[in-house]
Amino acid sequence: MSRTPLDTVEHAAATPDVELPWAELGLKKDEYERVVEILGRRPTGAELAMYSVMWSEHCSYKSSKVHLRQFGEKAPESDAMLVGIGENAGVVDVGQGYAVTFKVESHNHPSYVEPYQGAATGVGGIVRDIIAMGARPVAVVDPLRFGAADHPDTKRVLPGVVAGIGGYGNCLGLPNIGGEVVFDACYQGNPLVNAGAIGVMRHEDIHLAKASGAGNKVILYGARTGGDGIGGASILASETFDDAKPSKRPAVQVGDPFQEKLLIECTLEAFQEKLVVGIQDLGAAGLSCATSELASNGSGGMRVTLDDVPLRDSTLSPEEILMSESQERMCAVVEPEKVDRFLEICEKWDVIATVIGEVTDGDRLEIYWHGGKIVDVDPRTVAHEGPVYERPYARPSWQDTLQADDANKLPRPVTSEELKDQVLKLVGSPNQASKSWITSQYDHFVQGNTVLAQPEDSGMIRIDEESGLGVAIATDGNGRYAKLDPYHGAQLALAEAYRNVATTGAKPLAVSDCLNFGSPEDPAVMWQFAEAVRGLADACQQLGTPVTGGNVSLYNQTGEAAIHPTPVVAVLGVIDDVARRTPVAFQEEGQLLYLLGDTREEFGGSAWSQVVHDHLGGLPPQVDLERERLLAEILISASRDGMIDSAHDLSDGGLIQAVVESALLGGKGARLIVPDGLDAFTFLFSESAGRAVVAVPRSEEVRFNDMCGARGLPATRIGVVDGDAVDVQGEFALSLAELRETHEATIPALLA
Amino acid sequence: MARVVVDVMLKPEILDPQGQAVQRALPRLGFDGISDVRQGKRFELEVDGPVDEAALARIHDLAESFLANTVIEDFTVRVEEVAEAAK
Amino acid sequence: MTARIGVVTFPGSLDDRDTQRAIRVAGAEPVALWHKDKDLKQVDAVVLCGGFSYGDYLRAGAIARFSPVMEPLLEQAKAGLPVLGICNGFQILTEAHLLPGTMLRNDHLHFICRDQKLRVENAETSWTTDYAAGQEISIPLKNNDGQYVADAYTLDKLEAEGRVAFRYLVHGEAADGYGNPNGSQRDIAGVSNEAGNVVGLMPHPEHAVEPLIGTGRTDGLPFFTSILKKLVNA
Repeated sequence: MSRTPLDTVEHAAATPDVELPWAELGLKKDEYERVVEILGRRPTGAELAMYSVMWSEHCSYKSSKVHLRQFGEKAPESDAMLVGIGENAGVVDVGQGYAVTFKVESHNHPSYVEPYQGAATGVGGIVRDIIAMGARPVAVVDPLRFGAADHPDTKRVLPGVVAGIGGYGNCLGLPNIGGEVVFDACYQGNPLVNAGAIGVMRHEDIHLAKASGAGNKVILYGARTGGDGIGGASILASETFDDAKPSKRPAVQVGDPFQEKLLIECTLEAFQEKLVVGIQDLGAAGLSCATSELASNGSGGMRVTLDDVPLRDSTLSPEEILMSESQERMCAVVEPEKVDRFLEICEKWDVIATVIGEVTDGDRLEIYWHGGKIVDVDPRTVAHEGPVYERPYARPSWQDTLQADDANKLPRPVTSEELKDQVLKLVGSPNQASKSWITSQYDHFVQGNTVLAQPEDSGMIRIDEESGLGVAIATDGNGRYAKLDPYHGAQLALAEAYRNVATTGAKPLAVSDCLNFGSPEDPAVMWQFAEAVRGLADACQQLGTPVTGGNVSLYNQTGEAAIHPTPVVAVLGVIDDVARRTPVAFQEEGQLLYLLGDTREEFGGSAWSQVVHDHLGGLPPQVDLERERLLAEILISASRDGMIDSAHDLSDGGLIQAVVESALLGGKGARLIVPDGLDAFTFLFSESAGRAVVAVPRSEEVRFNDMCGARGLPATRIGVVDGDAVDVQGEFALSLAELRETHEATIPALLA
Repeated sequence: MARVVVDVMLKPEILDPQGQAVQRALPRLGFDGISDVRQGKRFELEVDGPVDEAALARIHDLAESFLANTVIEDFTVRVEEVAEAAK
Repeated sequence: MTARIGVVTFPGSLDDRDTQRAIRVAGAEPVALWHKDKDLKQVDAVVLCGGFSYGDYLRAGAIARFSPVMEPLLEQAKAGLPVLGICNGFQILTEAHLLPGTMLRNDHLHFICRDQKLRVENAETSWTTDYAAGQEISIPLKNNDGQYVADAYTLDKLEAEGRVAFRYLVHGEAADGYGNPNGSQRDIAGVSNEAGNVVGLMPHPEHAVEPLIGTGRTDGLPFFTSILKKLVNA
C-alpha cells in the first residue's frame, strides 16, 4: 500500500482525528467507541481490522453468548468430559486411554455463493479444528439442508455442495460416514451446509490453543497467505444476503485438499515428537484470530513480524494479511530448541513454515510491519471481551395460530388403496427417498475402520484394532418440529440423535451442536433461538450428555424470511466392541419384529403432513427423555447380549418408512400386523418419539421380552421378516421391487 | 464458419492449487526458471453463420453465465479464423 | 519366515496405512517406503496404494510417476519384482508405462464409492493365484478417474494375452454392485504386464480384508495371501 505514513500505534496516537471506516468493516458506533476506550486512543487500521473481524457475530457470538452459557451452567456431571466448550473442539474420554474430539460447524453462506468451494472449505475448516486438538481426524459427517428438491436453484447448489464435500473429504482420506440431506422451501435462498468431524488421540496427546513460555517461537505453516475471503468473517458470515447488492460478496476462498492432507500428516508427526506447546488453526478471521486467541489463552504476550508471513500476493496490506482467510494454514508455538526439527518435518512434507514471532514476557499482542508497530493490544480484549448483546426476544404472534392449525385434523386415508398410495408417496418423497446418489460420491471406506456408514442410523468407526473399541456419531435436526415449538424441537433433535447412536449399539456420551437460525435482530428469531438453547441445555442435563462445543450460525434468511429454526445436534457414542454393532438391514427371514415404545396420534410437523398435505402446523411429538434413556439402555443391552440382529429408529416418516428401509437394505420383506388398539394409519405414519423397531431371532424372543417387561419398556410384536414384499396384513402389500424403484429413483431424477 | 475461443482462468487473486502443484514439481524434473504456473480451461466454440457483434455478445453472455464461474473465474473471448478457404 | 512387502507413501497417498494393515492381516510384513527415497529397502514386493498423489491436479498419477522412488521401482519391476497398483497406484503405473492404457474421468463425471462386483479373469498373476479363474468377487471401488481406455490394438492384445486381469460384472442390479461403474472399455477393471508380476486395478482389495469392516467381506484378502505364498515358496 502506498499509504504514507504507515498507520503505526505512534501515528494513531498523534492523529486522533483521523476517520476510520469502522462502519464499512461491520462495527457499530458504540462498538467502535469501546475500541477507542479500551486502547485509550484511536485504533490503527490494523487494530481496527482485528477488532472488527473478531467482534463480528461469527467470531464473537455476541448475540448468542448470553444464552449459550446454559450449556455450561446446566452441564451434567460427566466423567467423560476432558476438554469442554471454548477450545477448538471438545474432547471426550472413550476409555482404554483414548480420547475423541468432535465438532459440527456451519459453512452456510459461503456455500450459497459458491457451492463447491464453500462446502469444500467447510470440510477443511472443521478438520483443522480437529487436528488443532492433537487428534488424527478419522471421519466426517455432513448435515445438509436445501430448498425445494424440484427448484432450479437446488439443482445448482446441491450438486456443487456434494461435489465439494466429496472433492475435499475424499482427497483428505477421511471416510464420510453420516449426516443428512433435507429439502424444504424455507432453505431456498439459504441452504445449510454443516460439516462435522471426529478425531482420535491418546489422552496424553491433547493439545490446546495457548502460547506460553517467553521466548517460544510462533510458527505459521501451510499455505501462503492471499487475498482470500478478506472480510469474509465479518461481512459474509454476519449479514443477510440481499439480492440487490451482489457486489458485497467478497472473494471466495478456494480449498486445496492436497495441501490440507500434507498439513495433517506434518502436524501429527510434530505432535508425535512432542514439538508443540500450543496450536491454533487459521479459519475465520485468519491471523487476527490465531494470534489473539493463542496470546490471550497463554501466560505471556506475543510479538509478531507481519513482514515474515509468506504471501501469495505481494501487494497485500498489513490489514489484509491480518484478515485474510486463506485456507490450509496453522499456527504453532514451539520451544526455540525444537524449531529446527519442526521446520525439518514441514520440509519433509513440502509444507512452507516460517517463524513469524515469539511469545513475550508481557501481556500485549504486538504486531510489526516494515519496522513500525501497527498493533499493540491486550489480546483478551480482541479475542474474549467482545461486545455481548442482550437482544430483545418475544414469542411471535403467529406461533399460536401455527400451533392451533392441528395436523391431526387433516384428512386421513380412508381405504386400503389410499393408505398404500400414501405409503408409496412417502417413501418416494425427496426427504424420505434414498440418498445413495449423494452418499456414493463420498468415500466411506478409506482408513479401513468404517463399521457403519449412511444410511445406517449412526456412522461407526473402529478406533482400536485389537479390542474393537469404536465410536458412533449421528446428527439430527428437524426444522419443522422446531418451527412448531423451538424448545421441544431442539429436544427432539437431541432425542433422535441420541436414539440413533443407541440403535446401533453404542452408548451416547456427549453432544456437539450447530445452531442455524435467522437474524438475531428479529425478536421472533431470537425467541426461537433462546427457546431452542434452553430446550437443548435442559435435555442434555437430563440425558447426562454434556455439550462439548459447537457453532452458531445466525442471519440465515433471505429478506424478511428466516429459515425454520434448525438446531442440528450431533451425538457421539462409544461401543466396547464394534463386532456387536446393530445394523438397519433385516438379516434373516423368520426373525420377529418388535415395536418398542408408545405410538400416539402425532402428526404435527410429520413427513406425512408435508408429503400428502403440504402442511405445517400443530405441535411436534411429545418429548419423554426418561423414555429415550430407557429405550437406549434396552437397545444397547440387546445389542451387547446378541438379542437383536437389526434395529432402526423411528423418526420422520414413522414406522412404515423405517420398515421399508430395513427391508430394502436387507433385501428381505416383512409381514406386519396392525397391533390392537391402533388404526393402520396411525401405526404406519405416526411420528411419536422414543420408538424403534427391532428384529429378534426366535431363540431370543423370551429373553428379550423378559428384559423389556422387567424394565418397563412397551414392546409390541408387530410382525416377522419374511418374503419379498412389505405386507401390512388386511391392508396392502408392496413388493420390494416396486418400493425400491420408488425409493431410489427420486433423487437421481431430480438432480442427476 | 468461424471458431470462437473462450479461455477461462481463475482470477489472479484466487488460489490455484492445480497450477501450484505443477509448478512445485518442475524443479524436481529439472525445469528451472518458471516462477508461476496457472491452469485454466479452453473452450472452442464452432459458430454457425457470421461472427458479428451480436454473435459475440451472445457468446460473451454464454461465457459469463455458463462457461465461467465469475465468482472465482475470469474469461476472455476471441475469434480464431478457421482456414477453411485454403483447402 | 515371511515376506517383506513395501508400501510407498507419496504426498497425498491415502490408503498407505490401510494397505499396510491388509499386508499384516495376510501374515506378511509391511515396510513403509517414502517417495523421496531412491531406496526400496530390499523388499520382496511393492504396493502402490490409492489416494490423490499431488492432489491428482495435473493428471492422476502424473507427478508421482517422477518421484525418486520410482527409479529403482521401474528398474526392478522390469526385472520381475512383483508390483501391485491400486487405484491411484494403477494410475501411476500407467503414467510410468509399466502397464498399458490410461484412466479418464468417470463417464458420469462423479466420484463413485460403492461395493463393486468383479470377475477375476486371470488367476495366474503374482497377485491372484489364491483366486480361481472366473471367480466373482465384491470389493470397494472409489474414484474420480477410473475409466480405463486404450487403443483397440492394445485392448485386443491384452485380451489375447490374458492380461485383462479383472472385469466389472455388468449383468445384475446396480444396487447390488453390478454394472460398469465408470465407462471403462470392455468393462476392464484391472490389467497385468506380460510377465504377470505387475498388476493394476481400480477397485480396492485392501478395504475388503476383515469381516465387519468396510463391506464386511474379505474378498480382497487373496491378493495379499497370493503374493505371500509366492514369495515364501520361492
